[in-house]
Amino acid sequence: MKLKLHIWRQSAPDVRGGFETIAADNVSAHMSFLEMLDVVNEGLIAEGKEPVAFDHDCREGICGTCGMMINGNPHGPWEGTSACQLHMRAFQDGDEIWIEPWRARAFPVLKDLVVDRSAFDRIIQAGGYVSIRTGSAPDANAVPIGKEWADEAFDAAACIGCGACVAACPNASAMLFTAAKVTQLARLPQGQPERYERVLSMVDTHDSEGFGNCTNHGACQNACPKGISVDYIAQLNRDLFKATLMDRPDEAAV
Amino acid sequence: MRRVAKLYQSSVGKKILMALSGLILFGFIVGHMVGNLKVLSGPESFNAYAEFLRDFGYPLIPHEGFLWVFRIVLLGAVLLHAASAFQLWGTSRSARSGMYRKTVDLSFSYASRTMRWGGVILALFVVYHILHLTTGTVHVDFVAGDVYHNYVVAFQSPIILGFYAVAQAALCFHLYHGLWSVTQTLGASHPKYNPLRRPVAVVLALGIFVGFLIPPVLVATGVVS
Ligand code: HEM
Ligand code: SF4
Ligand code: FES
Repeated sequence: MKLKLHIWRQSAPDVRGGFETIAADNVSAHMSFLEMLDVVNEGLIAEGKEPVAFDHDCREGICGTCGMMINGNPHGPWEGTSACQLHMRAFQDGDEIWIEPWRARAFPVLKDLVVDRSAFDRIIQAGGYVSIRTGSAPDANAVPIGKEWADEAFDAAACIGCGACVAACPNASAMLFTAAKVTQLARLPQGQPERYERVLSMVDTHDSEGFGNCTNHGACQNACPKGISVDYIAQLNRDLFKATLMDRPDEAAV
Repeated sequence: MRRVAKLYQSSVGKKILMALSGLILFGFIVGHMVGNLKVLSGPESFNAYAEFLRDFGYPLIPHEGFLWVFRIVLLGAVLLHAASAFQLWGTSRSARSGMYRKTVDLSFSYASRTMRWGGVILALFVVYHILHLTTGTVHVDFVAGDVYHNYVVAFQSPIILGFYAVAQAALCFHLYHGLWSVTQTLGASHPKYNPLRRPVAVVLALGIFVGFLIPPVLVATGVVS
């Protein structure tokens, strides 16, 4: 099929970008969206032009590296699917496709469709871990965990950190991401000792990185390729409320 | 107070304070609506109710004492609610770096997208409403103390009725998203009850809308005079 692509081009972070219209004339319905971009890039290279920069790694929907706005939908029109898993059969011959980078102050554009998502890393560094000595692997079932809790922790852990939630949110809030990380650990025994410090510190970092504030719009949940639910945001809110009311001395200085 | 201040420092904390102050305002709205329904039982009953609000606890509490405490709590709730809303609005605006050329609406509802401007409309309505039916400043034929008279005269005008109906619709939307949102913000999320949150918010928001509009509509149609 033949497509008309309008792709955001921006050569460097502080340079003004704009859309470039590129014709993609040899697209097969079996290609993935990223393969389609690869073919477009080969064409550009053959013409001696700069290829379109986009992020990708696993191309199987598990690493969270890919991500772009495709016709206003983060990761494109398929529900629960990352851009690398989107296939061109989602489009029809003659379609026009607008491809844009995530737009948030906390995710500055580096080049074309590539944004700097290290703000997510800093949220994780603020508390998305457990500081226990790991030692050798414990016996299975040495630490009993209820089935529902294990399931919830697992569902929350499905977040691949792609940033689609921020991209979709009208407030550019990263609450869905932060809440998934907070809940994943709040549901497991290993996460308990640092549970309340964790939520305070991760939310603090979320705010200072320049993300906006959740108004329970729900766009994040609908955009998320991993089906992360806004119920986790309720969990984060509850933990933060408790952490503030508990008023422990170690945070009185905050 | 220190805890309130601590909550106010964090973005999620501000939302929690918004949720709590929003709940206080919602409680007031319910009471106010029920009180208004007393118009239907005639002038004596309605005026006696208004009198009761002014003299609650008298002589133990001075005349209008209770009413003023009540008003101060409400004013405090409105200020906290609005101040948090505006601050969060500000940071969220600067968090978005430019708009997308193409957008698809992925949000849950129309109501969720109109919370902020809807809230501003409500605040303007509250100011007008106080000048209209509390102080009488903008009322055509205000008689201090005769609350029933003031009410009935006001809603004989279809323009006033229409205006109030629009404001109530705005309130209905704000409460529909707000009452759902409040369960998220306060972390009252539980797999067993979550499916009930939307229907309960719809019923309460519509209940408020209908409850507030029954008496004025009956006045405008001449059933109550
Ligand atoms: C100054 C005028 C007002 C403004 C600017 C305003 C704005 C807002 C905003 C932005 C939200 C947050 C929405 C969200 O997080 O989803 C909200 C929530 C809410 N509002 Fe208002 N509002 C105003 C007046 C009122 C009034 C008069 C009431 C009383 C009926 C009210 C009741 C609520 C409730 C119950 C919530 C839910 C709190 C939550 O988000 O958890 N608001 N308001
Ligand atoms: S919550 Fe979903 S959309 Fe957000 S970063 Fe994680 S996987 Fe991506
Ligand atoms: S490239 Fe790894 S999730 Fe898409």
